[in-house]
Amino acid sequence: MAKGWLKAALGIFFAGAVCLSAAAQDLTVGLGANVTSIDPHFHNLSPNSSVAAHIFDRLIHQDEKQRLVPGLATEWKAIDATTWEFKLRQGVKFHDGSEFTAEDVVATLKRVPWVPNSPSSFSIYTRAITETIVVDPHTIRFKTKEPYPLLPVDLSTINIVSRKHEQSPTGDFNGGKAAIGTGPFRFVEYVPGDRIVLTRNNDYWGDKPHWQKVTLKLITNGAARVNALLAGDVQIIDQVPTVDIAKLKTNADINLSRIVSNRLIYLHVDSFRDQSPFVTDKAGAVLPNNPLKDRRVRLAISKAINRQAIVERIMDGEAIPAGGLLPEGFFGASPKLKAEPFDPEGAKKLLTEAGYPNGFGLTLHGPNDRYPNDEKIIQAIGPMLSRVGIDTKVVSLPWATFASQSSAPTYAFSLMLVGWGSGTGEVSSPLRSLIATVGPGRGASNRGRYSNPKVDSLLQEALNTVDDEKREKLLQEASEVAMADQAIIPLHYQVNVWATRKGLSYTPRADEYTLAHFVRPAS
Amino acid sequence: MTVFIIRRVMQSILVLFVMSLLVFVGVYAIGNPVEIFVAADADQAERARVIAALGLDKPLWEQYLLFIRNAVMGDLGKSFVFNQPALGLILQRMPATLELAFTAMVIALALGIPLGMYAGFRPQSRIAKAIMAGSILGFSLPTFWVGLMLIMVFAVELGWLPSTGRGATAEVFGIETSLATWDGLSHVLLPALNLALFKLSLVIRLTRAGMRENMLMDYVKFARAKGLTMRRVVFVHVLKNIMIPIVTVVGLELGSVIAFAVVTETVFAWPGMGKLIIDSINNLDRPVIVAYMLITVTMFIVINLVVDVLYSVLDPRVRLADMKG
Repeated sequence: MAKGWLKAALGIFFAGAVCLSAAAQDLTVGLGANVTSIDPHFHNLSPNSSVAAHIFDRLIHQDEKQRLVPGLATEWKAIDATTWEFKLRQGVKFHDGSEFTAEDVVATLKRVPWVPNSPSSFSIYTRAITETIVVDPHTIRFKTKEPYPLLPVDLSTINIVSRKHEQSPTGDFNGGKAAIGTGPFRFVEYVPGDRIVLTRNNDYWGDKPHWQKVTLKLITNGAARVNALLAGDVQIIDQVPTVDIAKLKTNADINLSRIVSNRLIYLHVDSFRDQSPFVTDKAGAVLPNNPLKDRRVRLAISKAINRQAIVERIMDGEAIPAGGLLPEGFFGASPKLKAEPFDPEGAKKLLTEAGYPNGFGLTLHGPNDRYPNDEKIIQAIGPMLSRVGIDTKVVSLPWATFASQSSAPTYAFSLMLVGWGSGTGEVSSPLRSLIATVGPGRGASNRGRYSNPKVDSLLQEALNTVDDEKREKLLQEASEVAMADQAIIPLHYQVNVWATRKGLSYTPRADEYTLAHFVRPAS
Repeated sequence: MTVFIIRRVMQSILVLFVMSLLVFVGVYAIGNPVEIFVAADADQAERARVIAALGLDKPLWEQYLLFIRNAVMGDLGKSFVFNQPALGLILQRMPATLELAFTAMVIALALGIPLGMYAGFRPQSRIAKAIMAGSILGFSLPTFWVGLMLIMVFAVELGWLPSTGRGATAEVFGIETSLATWDGLSHVLLPALNLALFKLSLVIRLTRAGMRENMLMDYVKFARAKGLTMRRVVFVHVLKNIMIPIVTVVGLELGSVIAFAVVTETVFAWPGMGKLIIDSINNLDRPVIVAYMLITVTMFIVINLVVDVLYSVLDPRVRLADMKG
């Protein structure tokens, strides 16, 4: 009898131990952003790409600091000004067992612009390619019309799908039938708005992930995400709310990992219109001459802002005061660009010089649900500007309203807070979209319609220079010219923060991706 | 009865039509949705392509007519960001919300009616006073905060229940529901409690008020004088009379619980319709917003109809034919 009990107890014990070891291979991740599809070419949206990076590979990968590293291509070079040659990795297999060859790359490049109803297509990254030539199954060449140095970085955003699924609609990817990649995980299940389940690809060509089964749970509410981590329901979360960081730091069960991101928070200034709708005299009548067209006034606004205080008090230290377009270390970021020091007296002096000794009236607009603490930041900047004489009203709007009102063709605002994440990790990205004169392919997000021919020509030259060293110099110069002219007023670079349960570590990434294969037991 | 229902249906169609027009124009007025879901580094050509692909380049009246034409054939359009039929997207999330709403309603009624009856039956007792004080808390504490507190206590500190999400589902009578598994039940308990709290307080107060009013009525005295037991008087005669206001309110509240469980669904990351509508509003995903509103309105219409029919069952004096719809 006693023996029977002992046996049963041991049995339960071992069953429990087996369960535990199985559980140790499982990872549950709490993601803060919504994923709209498994189709890697349907919606050019960072959370979607982050999930796709588990199932698919790209020709070139970006490492945690967004430098280019070999992916499905082992090497790439420009063989002449308009031709790039890529050598493809040998012996790579798709999840369905078929071999990866140049034909899959061709099929992928055909599929990208084809995807029906795409709300934001990846074709902006493949458009430069005018011709694709398969030299042999593991060598491929891309022709461009003009010298196009951004081709490798553009291709580092394109997930390679199997040639069998060139014509598969988005629904087939969401259902799993076409979600066949070469990546470190295989697709198991996608429940929209709830979770994505993955299992390890044991035939992966690169470092095999530690986890047998991964569940990516979509928990968009910040407090709920932190609670899920504290309760142990998830082992890692991204986008840790800044208010919770101090509390988590003191919690012995939690590890934090952080890295400065590619996202700049800045003020866009209407330096285009002669009369800007929200630039008024102190009584509220629109000024006949827009003072924001004057560089000295823009500099005065920059000097009036206490960036250090915003970073410390509002961002809880999880940001870095900014003076350029991307933090140091990113391609084309100029080390000469430092954050403008807080100098209210200097600001007043500049305003007097510009002919506004008593200041003027201004409304600062910003979103209230888009960037960490966005509303609080503009509420802090309002009084800072008022103190130097610019009577500032602050209006915050939901992103849905703000985004559509602040852009083309409405351009409804005069001074506004916006953020910019450089998906390519290059200064050419903000230069091209935010600062270049509005025109075909340029200035699509230039909400202030800033225009400077010198910046435009430097940028154009950089975008036609294949030599990396020369191009970086040109980009640095272009951003120095733009920032000296106060094209935009940078505030800070965000810091990306992940929190894991004790015993796990995550390699933090500048591009905000949360990748299960980079979650590892802490050594 | 038939005339009554036909008149109701005619009115409903008009309401649905007006509703769709309002939402359509409202969302259009907010601005160009493409700015929200297009990638930031997309250029003007790409933005123009998206606008054309989604049919947003047509004038508003043309977009609306196209919508009505498809809607009459049962097609409410495809979500801009999910590229799935809006109706299907909502129906896919509906079971999760329905099971949450029904569990909450069951909790509210199963606890609320007995507690309210007791509080009305012995209004001076300490327990009754404690119940009433508790119901004030249930009314006044914000759902959001209570939800976070429930998670902090039962999930984080005690670790008894999971903090977020929906549990495993199983098939019962052809419906996938998480109420059929232990895992599912443990997941639904906290959010349902959170959602039920307000309704619970409401039911307690309604029941108590009805109870106190009816206990003074002549029919109660007469019944007692006739020699019926107190138990029979309360549980058969009084209960039947106090159910009428409760059915009305519970009916309407059920609708609002289903349609607007947004806060609870957000706090508990419950994959229901509430989360979907919030995400869709943030994305200006018009097809989903319009479809959601139409479904919600339909639901309220049906619930009101059921409530009216229930009236006539509970109170034979009410005749549907006399009601003006």
